[in-house]
Formats: sequence, structure tokens, C-alpha cells
Amino acid sequence: MTLFTSLVTISLGAILVNNFILAQFLGICPFMGVSQKTSTALGMGLAVTFVMGIASAVTWAVNTYVLVPWELEYMQTVAFILVIAALVQFVEMFLQKVVPALYQALGIYLPLITTNCAVLGVALLNIQNNYSFIEALVYGITGGLGFLVAIFLFASIREHTEDAECPKSFKGFPIALISAGLLALAFMGFSGMKFFG
Amino acid sequence: MMNILYAIGVLGAMGIIFGVILAIASKVFAVETDDRLEPMIEALPGANCGGCGYSGCAGYAQAVIDGKAKIGACAAGGKACADEMAKIMGVESVEMERMVAMVMCSGRDAIPKGQYEGLRDCLSATKVAGKGIMLCEHGCMGFGNCVEKCKFDAIHIVDGRAKVDHEKCTGCMSCSIVCPRNLIHAVPYSATVHVPCSSTAKGPIVMKSCGNGCIGCTKCVKVCEHEAIRVTNSLAVIDYDKCVGCGKCAEVCPRHIILDLNAKKIPAEV
Repeated sequence: MTLFTSLVTISLGAILVNNFILAQFLGICPFMGVSQKTSTALGMGLAVTFVMGIASAVTWAVNTYVLVPWELEYMQTVAFILVIAALVQFVEMFLQKVVPALYQALGIYLPLITTNCAVLGVALLNIQNNYSFIEALVYGITGGLGFLVAIFLFASIREHTEDAECPKSFKGFPIALISAGLLALAFMGFSGMKFFG
Repeated sequence: MMNILYAIGVLGAMGIIFGVILAIASKVFAVETDDRLEPMIEALPGANCGGCGYSGCAGYAQAVIDGKAKIGACAAGGKACADEMAKIMGVESVEMERMVAMVMCSGRDAIPKGQYEGLRDCLSATKVAGKGIMLCEHGCMGFGNCVEKCKFDAIHIVDGRAKVDHEKCTGCMSCSIVCPRNLIHAVPYSATVHVPCSSTAKGPIVMKSCGNGCIGCTKCVKVCEHEAIRVTNSLAVIDYDKCVGCGKCAEVCPRHIILDLNAKKIPAEV
């Protein structure tokens, strides 16, 4: 496979087939937590895309140039948590100074991402899949876009179910969980899809 | 054994390096904030209701410091808040009367057009063909968009119409923003006589659509000794600056729409 076809496969795979939320069930906490409104969901999705892209690049470098030479691959999880937490803090400070508008738009979502397991997941999956640096970067960004698609769709659904009448015992969070399940089922339609033979 | 030491060493080093980078970054990227901002935000109620017209309490505080906004725009904080802010800014405080929200509809017998099965949402209900779900085009439909908006639990649906609890209301007026019919107005807390009706329809139409809407008969105008009530667009409106709260207009109102809070009973329930 050429680099291009592998990148396309990775992108479509990360957005649709192996969507982080709806197929791999990573990062469910923000998915349920900040999906009441499409505008905030969009903000969260963009923040996650941003951090996932940077995190996969940095963790790939840390793994390749620090952990592998020292034969410390078994410390990946711990090291990546450290890297991601520091990275998010750094990005937050950087944005506050340099791009205040973006910082305001992302608001509280940026620090929340520190504990988002989709970010840790993308870092670990990059290593498991033996991706090159470019592949890891693309996987991170498109994985984030997959998150964005899922949370935006889900927020749109929730805005509608909010107004719809449903049995009292299902009102609020229960119906949200059911709609999340149905949305995940819909994404099952993509599973097993293959690109380029 | 060496493995453990390597792990401790490498991860420890990584931790220290990240720590140093973050420490440097916090200095390099330090954002200068005004010393007055923190106490200013403290002085505000912190409900982020948006009644002042800014994105939240922090936004308003920043605007005051920048000189873009005046002290006293925070209705929720009232006089105490304005005094506190004036102290921080080192300027004279402003006099302000406590204002509260009032729903200008008390259509206790408003007549619905038919059975409404749509979304339980005020804005949606106004979109029903023929201007809404009730015969009165100006009345409260009671789906409670304002109730949801209120941060202070001060507005509730009572008998199908929104009603403000004046004790709890802080006058932030965020409820009035979401009312698709602009029924919620700011009134002085001390005022005791109100005309809770917004119908500018002509008398006969009001007669058909509502049990107690204002028909603009001007009886109240004639009985008022202080020129504090006038009728425009067949709707009586009280001038709160002139009203002394004698309640004479409430006594003569044939529709019992004028509300006298001093009177023991609400006229329509007599």
C-alpha cells in the first residue's frame, strides 16, 4: 500500500468504521456530559480534535525516541498520561496568551480533555498498530474528527428528544443513553467496510 | 533491578522536564489581568444570568474595568453590588430602585383555539398557523421557557400562566429575553398596582378571546387622580413614576385585570 492509500484507509476508518465513541466506546464521558447543546458539543469536538492531533504526534515521538531505546515500552500508559496532561496544560496556557478567542471558545473543555480516554486511546493504538509518524498524526486528527461527528450528531438528537414527549421514567439521561445506543447501532452499518480491496 | 531504575529515572526525568517546561510556559505565557478583576467578579452575584447584556459576570466585570459599562447594570446584585463595585473602582455609587420582572398576562380565562399537541415550547407554540394556540395573540401560553431560563427559581407556571415570585426575583430580566411574546417587563418592586395584560387588540376581540383582558375602556384613566394610567392601543399602561398605589383603578375596572397587591383579594377571584 502506498502512503496515500494507507492514510485514506486510516482516515475513513477512524471517522466511520472504527469511530472512537460509537465503535470503540472511548471518550464516553464528554460524549454524554457535554452534548446537551450542539454549540457546546461542537466546541468540545474541536478541542478534542486539536488535542488528539497534537497528542498523537508527541506521544509517538516520546515512544520512539525515549521509551523504545530504554526498553520501557511497558510504561507506555503511565508515560502517555504524563505527556497528555502536561501537553493539555501547555496548550491551554499557549492559547490563552496567543489566541484568546479560541481559548474563550474552548473554555472549560480544554482541561476536561486531560482525562479523556479517547486521547490516551489514540496514543496507545498508534503504537499497537505500528504507525509511522505521519500515519499516527493523521490517525489522531481523523480520530478527533470522528469524535466531532459523533458528538455533534448526538447533540442534535438530544436537542430534539429534549422537546419530545417520552415516558417520565426515561426523561433526561436514560433517553440520552438509549439514543446513544441507537446511534452506535447506526454506525454498525459501517463495520466491516473495506477500502482499496 | 536495572529495569526498575531505568523506569524511575526516565519517567522521573520526563516529569521534571515537563514540570520545568510548564513552569517556564506559565511565566512566558502569563496573561496580565487587572488586579481589580478578581474582587469585581467576587462582588457580582455570579449567576451569569446575562441580564446586564454581557456574556456573564466576568464579562461585565471586565467591561466595567475597561470603562465600557456603567456600574449598576447588574439588576440581580442590586444596590449592595453596585456599592461594592463603586468601592473597587473608586467612584461614587449610583442610586437604583429594585426592579423585578412581571409577566404582563394574567389571562385566567384565556380561550385556547383548540387542542394543541405540538412541542411543549413557547416559541414553537407561537408558530402555529394563525399566530399561536390561543385566541389571544398576546397571552402567555405557559410552556415555561422563562421558567427554564430563570437561575433564581423565581418564575413558575401557575394555572397555566407564568408568574414571578417578586421576593425571589432579582430583576435580571433574562426571562424576558426568551419570551417570544415579550410579556415580561421590569417593574419597580415597590409598585403595588399593575395591569398584567399585553393585548393591544380592540375591545370586542379581547372580549371574545379572554375572560379578563384589557379592552381599553379608559374607566381607569378617568378615575385616576394622578394621571398615572393611560390607554394606548386599547391597553391600559401604568406610569410607575406617578402611581401612588391608591388602587382606585383596580376597583372600577370592569374586566378585573388591574391588579392591586394591597387589596386583600385579587378582584377576579372575588
